[in-house]
Amino acid sequence: MSNLDDLYREIILDHYRTPRNRGELPEPAIKAEGHNPLCGDEITVYLDVRDGIVNDIKLSGHGCSISQASSSLMSAAVKGKTIEQVRNTIATFKQLMTLEEGAENEPVNLRQLGEIAALAGVVKFPVRIKCATLAWNTLVQALGDLPDA
Amino acid sequence: MTAFDPKMVRGDIPLLKREINGHPIAYLDSGATSLPPRGVIEAMSRYYERHHANVHRGVYQTAAEATELYESGRNAAARFLNAPGGSNEIVFTKNTTESFNLLARSWGAANLKAGDVVLLSEMEHHANIVPWFQLRDAIGIVVRFIPVTDDFRLDLSDLDQLLEGVKLVSITGMSNVLGTINPIKELAAAAHRVGALMAVDGAQSVAHLPTDLVDLDVDFMAFSAHKMLGPTGLGIFWTREEILNAMPPFLGGGGMIADVSVNGFTAASGPTRFEAGTPPIAEAAGFAEAVRYLEHLGMDNIAAYEHELTSDALTRLQQEFGGRVRIIGPTTMVDRGGVLSLDVEGVHPHDVSQVLDRHGVCIRPGHHCAKPLMKRFGLAATARVSFGPYSNTSDTDALIVALHDALAMFG
Repeated sequence: MSNLDDLYREIILDHYRTPRNRGELPEPAIKAEGHNPLCGDEITVYLDVRDGIVNDIKLSGHGCSISQASSSLMSAAVKGKTIEQVRNTIATFKQLMTLEEGAENEPVNLRQLGEIAALAGVVKFPVRIKCATLAWNTLVQALGDLPDA
Repeated sequence: MTAFDPKMVRGDIPLLKREINGHPIAYLDSGATSLPPRGVIEAMSRYYERHHANVHRGVYQTAAEATELYESGRNAAARFLNAPGGSNEIVFTKNTTESFNLLARSWGAANLKAGDVVLLSEMEHHANIVPWFQLRDAIGIVVRFIPVTDDFRLDLSDLDQLLEGVKLVSITGMSNVLGTINPIKELAAAAHRVGALMAVDGAQSVAHLPTDLVDLDVDFMAFSAHKMLGPTGLGIFWTREEILNAMPPFLGGGGMIADVSVNGFTAASGPTRFEAGTPPIAEAAGFAEAVRYLEHLGMDNIAAYEHELTSDALTRLQQEFGGRVRIIGPTTMVDRGGVLSLDVEGVHPHDVSQVLDRHGVCIRPGHHCAKPLMKRFGLAATARVSFGPYSNTSDTDALIVALHDALAMFG
């Protein structure tokens, strides 16, 4: 039995109630839409990338506390970062969301993730992983094949 | 005297003995699938232990027994629905969805042409929408929707206009989201007046209300065994014998032929021509037992009991939470069944469902495969509570406690 408090950490509830970087960016910002056909959650990621740096990010859409908190945490984590740093953060987050508990997995560097580490408990609730990863998959889509620098 | 005793029914369901997260399970997701009684499970086990063989082929003893058990499911369906032509009108499919695909691809493709209208409603399940869009894309039929009113009923004020050019009306007997029970008999009469046929999505209604095909005077009925205390993997398609016999086969293969040569094939007559391949035999045996069980309880009794239970839950939810828990569906008990879709203030249905799980309360969050209806009411999802004949007021008690918890956590 998994403890619900592992899922709904205070940081998550805070980001759900007061989401960061909500809104839209005008063109020519990059825009990507993601949706979860199973639960109807929708998210739009707007990226303003200048000189290989995420100058600004905005998010719109609707979803459950996990998807909303995850997108808010994500936006705070990637704003002002280089594309390379963002890709590394995405990779580390994806690792965090991987179910396998095998010893061959490298331990996730939680410190590198900062507040995002609050989402670590989601992995104990497998049906909710897709809620947490929606924003991140949409960000990957938005980044497309932008060069790292 | 009534054979229906909710306590006894509860005792017949093995799964209700489980505890979830330290609480007795409060199973409130019968709209998604129902819990089988012991007799249904035993009928399926008995089949595998004593009678397992392929049907309609072998001449040995167990093959004959297996065939008899499989056909007993067909007989049970015909009896349960009061099918005018008996078991020759019952086709076994995989589920309600496959029944609608059979209707659209076999009857629809053979009898409809470009410009013909199929009239659905905004409260239909995707199973009764997507096959029609597929047929539209293939042959150019027109798909039209009866709107839903603000009080969650079919808007029939312009029915005559809506019926123009209509060849088939296909409507749910009871909404899986709203709980609304639709006036099927009246709609069938209206359809027949303009020369159209009437199909019913009985996935919810057949499981919770008495169904008499002769009285309803409809032309097609689709439903699933697993929503009526039976096993998964078995759906039912019913139509009048004369319509069925004129329908071209849908899936080809073994079991559905009268003859095959290197030059071609002749389809079998009757329902088996739509049952290609080895069918779900154990499931048909389980379904026959589920029907016997429901007949023993009495569908009138079940409907009355669930009506009372839903009425109690509606009243208590409104008293307890006021506007914080909005009911997406009729708030009076007129023509409504045991489905309560909730919109909990400030709490996403997924989160409602997650917190309820902590209390052992099983409900379903999501769009319930009815996205046009969700869109109609500006919602992405609801938290759906649905009752079965084994539900009781302690399930509602647990629901209320758990909803308070969800509101406290996110409110």
